Amino acid sequence: MPRWGMVIDLDKCTACQACVVACQVENNVPFIEEKEYRRSRAISWMKVISETEGSFPNVRTQFIPRPCMQCDNPPCVRVCPVHATYLSPEGIVGQIYPRCIGCRFCIAACPYTVKYFNWYAYSARVPKEMHRADDPDVSVRPKGVVEKCTFCDHRLQKAKDKAAVEKRTLHPGDYVPACVESCPSKAMAFGDMADPESIVSQLARSPRAFRLMEALGTKPKVVYLSERKLYD
Amino acid sequence: MTESDWRKEEDAILFQPIFSTGWRFYATVTVLGALVLWGVISYIVQYREGLGVTGMGFPVSWSFYIINFVFFIGISHAGTLISAILRLSQAEWRRPVTRIAEVITVLVLGIGGMNILIDLGRPDRIMNLFYYGRYQSPLLWDATSVTAYLTASSVYLFVPMIPDIAMLRDRCAPGWRKFFYQTMALGWEGTPAQHRVLNRAIAILAVLVVPIAVSVHTVVAFVFSMTLQPMWHSTIFGPYFVVGAIFSGTATLLVAMAILRKVFHLEDYLQPIHFNYLGLLMLVMVLLWTYFTFAEYLTTYYGNEPNEMRVFFSKFTGKYALFFWGMVVCNLVIPFPILAINRLRTIGGTVIASVFIIIGMWLERFIIIVPTLANPRLPEYAQGSYFPSIVEIGIMVGCTALFCLLYVLFSKLFPIVSVAEIREGREHTEEIVHKRLSRYAPGLGKLPQVNP
Repeated sequence: MPRWGMVIDLDKCTACQACVVACQVENNVPFIEEKEYRRSRAISWMKVISETEGSFPNVRTQFIPRPCMQCDNPPCVRVCPVHATYLSPEGIVGQIYPRCIGCRFCIAACPYTVKYFNWYAYSARVPKEMHRADDPDVSVRPKGVVEKCTFCDHRLQKAKDKAAVEKRTLHPGDYVPACVESCPSKAMAFGDMADPESIVSQLARSPRAFRLMEALGTKPKVVYLSERKLYD
Repeated sequence: MTESDWRKEEDAILFQPIFSTGWRFYATVTVLGALVLWGVISYIVQYREGLGVTGMGFPVSWSFYIINFVFFIGISHAGTLISAILRLSQAEWRRPVTRIAEVITVLVLGIGGMNILIDLGRPDRIMNLFYYGRYQSPLLWDATSVTAYLTASSVYLFVPMIPDIAMLRDRCAPGWRKFFYQTMALGWEGTPAQHRVLNRAIAILAVLVVPIAVSVHTVVAFVFSMTLQPMWHSTIFGPYFVVGAIFSGTATLLVAMAILRKVFHLEDYLQPIHFNYLGLLMLVMVLLWTYFTFAEYLTTYYGNEPNEMRVFFSKFTGKYALFFWGMVVCNLVIPFPILAINRLRTIGGTVIASVFIIIGMWLERFIIIVPTLANPRLPEYAQGSYFPSIVEIGIMVGCTALFCLLYVLFSKLFPIVSVAEIREGREHTEEIVHKRLSRYAPGLGKLPQVNP
């Protein structure tokens, strides 16, 4: 059984935000009005956050692309009262939109603040024409439910189906999330953490490797590479 | 007996609000009903539009409704817990207080639980709690505890009321009311056998409700402390919340007593000594609450963990300083001297202290919930802020008005001071107290001749 994981090299990241846009389009993440944005309700499964150190002229800013950490010990799954968020056998933390009751306990419990709430029926509020660009593999979310990064789980399902038709096992590279695929500076890698020979496993053994807030014991499967460790 | 008879009885004043209705009653019901209507309309708007009509956003995704949930459930501790403890400790002065307290519990608990439902993004899917319920979630612990407490405290309110309902049945003219009381009285005739069963049931219930009451506010605290979030993940949250709950509950009870005393002219029943005793209880809670708060904040400060310190300073000197210091003033600085100085612990004094404590405890719930959410570990939401919308205010006002309205209606249907207990006290108190004293006080073996 694979354990899907991601490695992000912060020393290679140029903060171009291609991953953010790719994710938004791939996953039908709704666009919201400016008024809603000002009330800080923007949904961004993948978000580039910045950390600035020092003062002028000795300033250094680090950009950190932040998807869901896909914890192996996820605090959000533990608190869900209806099993609407779960940890799949392959290590992906998913969200069941038709079951979620919108209590937002998972949002309050996530130390990485990666879970988002549909305060209004945002998908229904975007102009109708834009729905022609929707990804048919990803359900649009109704109002009142929580949503989050799924490592493009639908791509995994598709890749598995394709492999089954071709009567073969899944190759590395068959399943890659949209953000990793779109990264122009090749700062992101994706693969099976359970396989010690995979690229992600090799990169995760680098002395530059760290995970966000490892001390919390959440066991994230997103590994960062940087000379300067952040939030670890 | 006929309807006019009750006027000649000794405790006629306790039946007065039930059998005679003045314009004040209608005025109160109208005003409260209008406020409840405002709350209902607010909720309809929210149900149709979504939770977007509130002031919530990221990262403050829990606010008014959860604050009110914790606050109302806290207030609900007034009643049943205090009444049960007073009964178990056989405090004779409890008699006029118990029912006033128990009604608060039943009503406020229901409204507190309702706030969780109001907070849901998808209230239409509430049945998922039964279809897919996960007992690992503290929210389900809450649901269990609150329903258990609501059931237990409703029964605990009803059972001691049976003799009173029977009295009303006997004094009522035939009609729907007579039928209502007749059904509710469960055939109470006041025979010695019935009294034995009743007293036994009350004793069992009184023991039963104490652990349930403690569990309720403990698991409310667990909703926060079971997460890893800074200044929530604390082992003392359970008892801290229970102390805060009894604290705000006692304050609410004192305010309710003062209002009822004034409105229904219960000066003979609710004496200054009742306010004095409950004021002393509240003084203990002031000190306990201060002790817990001090322990909690000093531990955080001394530990100096960066994420916790950001939350700490947002309360201490930052954006929420006004709320934090407002809480300290309302919960300690003002009530402590009032309650500690004998001369000030009067009816007026305790009521002033209580009003400040109720405000202070609401601020405490606010200061526990919002600053932690507004300061998440990752700095992406540096400007996390929250301001309530008109819908949230409407629902909060509606909830408070609903509580008052139901209280008014209850006092219209049932005597707010237990007539049976007052009469029992009048007949037997001296005997009971003497019996108890004679067990440990030398030279009190014989009952003095009171009425030769």
